Amino acid sequence: MSGFIARRLVALVLTLLAASLVVFLVLDVLPGDPASLMLGTSAREDTLAALRHQMGLDQPAWVRYLAWIWGLVRGDFGISYTYSVPVSELIGQRVMVSLPLAVMAILLSTAIAIPVGVLAAARRGRAADTTLMGIAQVGVALPNFWLGLLLILLFAVTLPLFPASGFAGWDKGAWAAIRSLLLPALALALPQAAILARVTRSAVLETLGQDYVRTALAKGLTGAAALWRHAVPNALIPVVTIIGLQFSFLMAGTVIIENVFTLPGLGRLIFQAIAQRDLIVVQDLVVLLAGSVIVVNFLVDLAYLGLDPRISREGAQ
Amino acid sequence: MNRPWRRSSLLVGGVLTVAMVAMALVSLVWTPYPPTKIDILHKLAAPSAAHLLGTDPFGRDVLSMIMAGARSSLSVALIAVVVGAGIGIPLGALASAMGGWIDNLVMRATDLAFAFPALLTAVMITALAGPGAVNAMLAIGIFNIPVFARVARGAALAVRAQEFVMAARATGRGEAAIMWRHVLPNISAVLLVQATIQFALAIVADAGLSYLGLGTQPPFPSWGRMLNDAQTFIYRAPLLAVFPGVAITLSVLGLNLLGDGLRDLLDPRLSRER
Repeated sequence: MSGFIARRLVALVLTLLAASLVVFLVLDVLPGDPASLMLGTSAREDTLAALRHQMGLDQPAWVRYLAWIWGLVRGDFGISYTYSVPVSELIGQRVMVSLPLAVMAILLSTAIAIPVGVLAAARRGRAADTTLMGIAQVGVALPNFWLGLLLILLFAVTLPLFPASGFAGWDKGAWAAIRSLLLPALALALPQAAILARVTRSAVLETLGQDYVRTALAKGLTGAAALWRHAVPNALIPVVTIIGLQFSFLMAGTVIIENVFTLPGLGRLIFQAIAQRDLIVVQDLVVLLAGSVIVVNFLVDLAYLGLDPRISREGAQ
Repeated sequence: MNRPWRRSSLLVGGVLTVAMVAMALVSLVWTPYPPTKIDILHKLAAPSAAHLLGTDPFGRDVLSMIMAGARSSLSVALIAVVVGAGIGIPLGALASAMGGWIDNLVMRATDLAFAFPALLTAVMITALAGPGAVNAMLAIGIFNIPVFARVARGAALAVRAQEFVMAARATGRGEAAIMWRHVLPNISAVLLVQATIQFALAIVADAGLSYLGLGTQPPFPSWGRMLNDAQTFIYRAPLLAVFPGVAITLSVLGLNLLGDGLRDLLDPRLSRER
């Protein structure tokens, strides 16, 4: 089992390195010179050259790449060209919006999806199942940013219960902050919940057909007990996989929703940094997000070990 | 699910998809008004007989814009899927046929690609390479490559393990002939279903990019851009924020249902337990 984890760890580091190289190369190839963008088109050639030198842009690509990676390893993310503050500081501020948003969305989505999925599976083929899965089918098709607009229309314009946009800030108290994140979180959560409910339903249907459920029923357990004690826990593996995937999707998927609700999160930061060719910010953030996907996938694999001992036995062989 | 449900998903999906394609095609030759025609006197008009879905802040006819928007949405999504399938399927087929380090390389590359948040990277590519429909097609298409490579490889491996492929090999057919004559025809159903799903995802991605101003450029209308414009006027003309979203949702819903229906129709084994 430890051998399995060690192999996965090596693969994790290699994937992170490869991801950082890809980001660096893509940004290096795509057009956009930060120095000329900072100074404008009328800048003199020698001023430009001086700034490029100061920013290290006149170094060969591999030197810049290694310097960047070495900085990341030491926790030095570089200095933003446009904000003139360390990128780590920017990320620190913005993550306080994006992370709670993603966590709220995951919690909402899971809280909606699992009961719905289990109920649909338990009532397979009946009216409740057909209705819930019909709603889920539509939910999957809803683009989250349009859902965001509809929620603004409903709960900020028609019934002024929530702010239409902007973030209150944590210094205004937890409730004010959460209140300004609730609509965007809901917009992110509902389409994800639709997907998760469908996965939960088919996973539970699968385990309901297993011998151990029949045994449980045969020894006199009620249908509900067999469902919750045997079928549902065993159905969790695919559900956990999807939740893991959704978390990384949500961290990155906030780029549009943060624009819809004008939230000062990572998504908006990266969007503005791209527009201003603040490449170091873009580079850091994309690697950070890709890194979080890779790490979450790794953690999901570890969660498997806990949920299904058979996997670690196979992995150890 | 039961049989009537399956058949109805194919039917409803098919009808919605055909309606969307028809709307895009009709917009080539006819829209109620020219979709870019500005008419300030009749701006922000409510739906009426003259303007079935009303007009936008510039007095443009919303129905005409939605019809023209279907054209840009469909073409971006179609090209994105063609790019993804055109590169991904040969890669996956190659990986399944060669095995060994080539297979390994292709699979690790797809792992790596999946680590990048697709939408975010598409935003990055279109913003840096220049906003516009062509770059949107490529940026979305790139992320379809690993999907098609994976699906093609998996399905091809399953087919290659079957006896008729062994029989073909025993009669002395080359690898290329086996791939072309036996494997590809047998995995085309799976790939078609995947293409339908990717098409739906591409429509959402395109709408997102154009909402951010990175997709099809004005004055040509796009659904995402219409939603962005509508947000500014959400207090005065709330319906403007509704219609383009309905168009996106119905297209995606139609393609998803069509995909589900096709999967059941083409390969009943895949969905027996659903």
